[in-house]
Amino acid sequence: MEKVLFLSPSPHIKDRMDVSRLMWDVIFSLLPAVGFSVYFFRFKAVGLYLTCIFFSVLSECLFLKLRRREFPKEPSAILTGLLLAMVLPPSIPLWAAALGAIFAIIFGKQIFGGLGYNIFNPALMGRAFLMATFPVLMTTWINPFTLDVVTSASPLGLLKFHHQLTPLWSLFWGNVAGSLGETSAFALLVGAVYLLVKRCIDWRIPLFYLLTVLVFSSVTFLLNPAYGSPLFHLLAGGLILGAFFMATDPVTTPIPKLGRIIFGTGAGVLVMVIRLWGGYPEGVMFSIIFMNAITPVLNRYIKPKSFGGKRS
Amino acid sequence: MRTKTFKGGVHPPESKNLSKDKKIERISPPPELTVPLSQHTGAPCRPLVKKKDKVEEGQKIGDHDAFISCPVHSPVSGEIISIDKFPHPTLGEAEALLIKWDGGDRKNWDSEDVDLSSLSPEDIRKKVREAGIAGMGGAAFPTHVKISPPPEKKIDTVILNGCECEPYLTADHRIMLERHEDCLFGLKAIMRATGAKRGYIGIEDNKKDAISLIRYSTEAENSIEVVPLRTKYPQGGEKMLIKAILGREVPSGGLPLDVGVVVSNVGTAVAVAEAIKKAKPLIERVVTVTGSGVSNPSNLLVPIGTPIRYILDLCGIRENARAIIAGGPMMGISQYTLDAPVIKGTSGILVLTEEEIIQDKEKPCIRCARCVDHCPMGLLPTTLAKLVKAEKWEMLGEFNIMDCIECGCCSYVCPSKIPIVQLIKWGKIEYRKITSRG
Repeated sequence: MEKVLFLSPSPHIKDRMDVSRLMWDVIFSLLPAVGFSVYFFRFKAVGLYLTCIFFSVLSECLFLKLRRREFPKEPSAILTGLLLAMVLPPSIPLWAAALGAIFAIIFGKQIFGGLGYNIFNPALMGRAFLMATFPVLMTTWINPFTLDVVTSASPLGLLKFHHQLTPLWSLFWGNVAGSLGETSAFALLVGAVYLLVKRCIDWRIPLFYLLTVLVFSSVTFLLNPAYGSPLFHLLAGGLILGAFFMATDPVTTPIPKLGRIIFGTGAGVLVMVIRLWGGYPEGVMFSIIFMNAITPVLNRYIKPKSFGGKRS
Repeated sequence: MRTKTFKGGVHPPESKNLSKDKKIERISPPPELTVPLSQHTGAPCRPLVKKKDKVEEGQKIGDHDAFISCPVHSPVSGEIISIDKFPHPTLGEAEALLIKWDGGDRKNWDSEDVDLSSLSPEDIRKKVREAGIAGMGGAAFPTHVKISPPPEKKIDTVILNGCECEPYLTADHRIMLERHEDCLFGLKAIMRATGAKRGYIGIEDNKKDAISLIRYSTEAENSIEVVPLRTKYPQGGEKMLIKAILGREVPSGGLPLDVGVVVSNVGTAVAVAEAIKKAKPLIERVVTVTGSGVSNPSNLLVPIGTPIRYILDLCGIRENARAIIAGGPMMGISQYTLDAPVIKGTSGILVLTEEEIIQDKEKPCIRCARCVDHCPMGLLPTTLAKLVKAEKWEMLGEFNIMDCIECGCCSYVCPSKIPIVQLIKWGKIEYRKITSRG
């Protein structure tokens, strides 16, 4: 063999995991929750998923075309569309969902420089945009299996504004009014276990997020049972979806391990403060967006203790 | 089996089955050998011979007065053809002696029974230095320096490194199986030279046969213990090894002797034993020749200075071979020419095929922090890589860049295929420049 030898820096072998595979794994892990939502909300769910994914991918491709960049080979726009659909009310008109998807991709991600450079979770940016522009559409809920708009309230809304508790069992299986993909704790946990086992996500953020909610709500429950039980707060609303699938978005969460613990704990405190004393019944979205905002600071100032070194 | 380990690290495919059952075979020398004058960390040797000089096998042909240096010896009897710049497996190109083997019989290095207690630590250090022994695990630090700790550093423990955590390599494994008595003799000699009372042999638990063999042969020894370690890269990094076995952390910027430890590779221990028992200098070493580009993967006892080309001709190289790496796949160096020789620190020759070479395109960092979670030194590799890309040299110190051991776990796990460790190595060079300027 006197061909030209191939030269490269070490290491000469690499793990097979790549960005694209990582994202497909996350999409795959969401499928149980997608399945449950289609079962509960039928064609409304299907329409919402297709709309969000289509407009996410379309706006990503158009934006990159305008910037004369290559089309992405990883499915991050599909994931953003999927996650956005999951945090929207099933009754939202498709045109509004499409606007949300476009905003999520353009202003949530591409404007910062695309994948890897955005500060905020794109899907949550899309939701925040819709919250600000169409507050009524975003707080109109329907019960599962009722496909005409008989407005209802979400379990957290029922608690906050009507002092009614929803049975925990319904929350666990998801037979309640709420955003498309966040209703069934069970289906989400199946996906979460898959991601944790495959080590696609770090356990620190979800653990400290949920633990903080658990501790916080236990204390408030003991002080005043009308605030709702700890288990209710864990299962209701978007907490599980947020904790495992949004607060773990690598791009918008801290790099140091201690930063991830602070992120999870901070988000847990915020979500409880908003739920109990804020103007909205639910606070998962704001808690994550707020912690996203301080992530660059955590990345800059947390210097972990290195092996044999002192914490600086 | 209870196994100890460290935090972080990776589990690459071991790929050791290719050669782990192949006995060490001593090869006959090539017609011409290239013996570099620098095969170690420290001052390069000056030649002690001239062109056309006749040399004996084992004759010292290069040396230097500096404390941190290590003499070189002729691996064969023959004639010096030239002293010039030649390809070098780690330096690219360096001064070397080209020796023509005269084809004569190879020297019989007779072994004597030596009672270690009759030798003073100084005697041992002298013999080790004169034998030109440098660490054979890869870094090639002169062994006589390592076993001459300054008086204020008390050494209580010697650890023999039998981890061989690099995938593919099996040289140390075979040495432990076939030369376990010399391993133990070498360990005791190093313990005597450093005054250490305890000796450990750390072996990854993928080498169960070596663990039980050496355990069996150390049963009667009170001061020596075999420690099975979890198979994980870089378990054989000396800081990781000390942490796993003793729970001691070598301080940042420090050496093992700062925590009272000397670590030595098992192959080095055998070389120490040969230096003492046979007065044989380090003129040959065991090299694993492996990879799917090799027809007959083997463990060979190779004269120092043998060109890679000669070895690959012996083992057979496949049509689709494409990259040659001196060392293991995680830290080895890819070679631009087959004329580079085996030197004291060459533990393996790995031949990768067209299908195995990695030509991934780098993508943007998605800040997944896999590199952070796997870094055995507890660093933030992605942050360092970004600072290097931005050429913010002065900030590198804040993130402890000099603690990096260059193991490559970060590049191995990176899903965006960023050459993180390569960027960090560059950063270390630049950071050293600005700090030495004061």
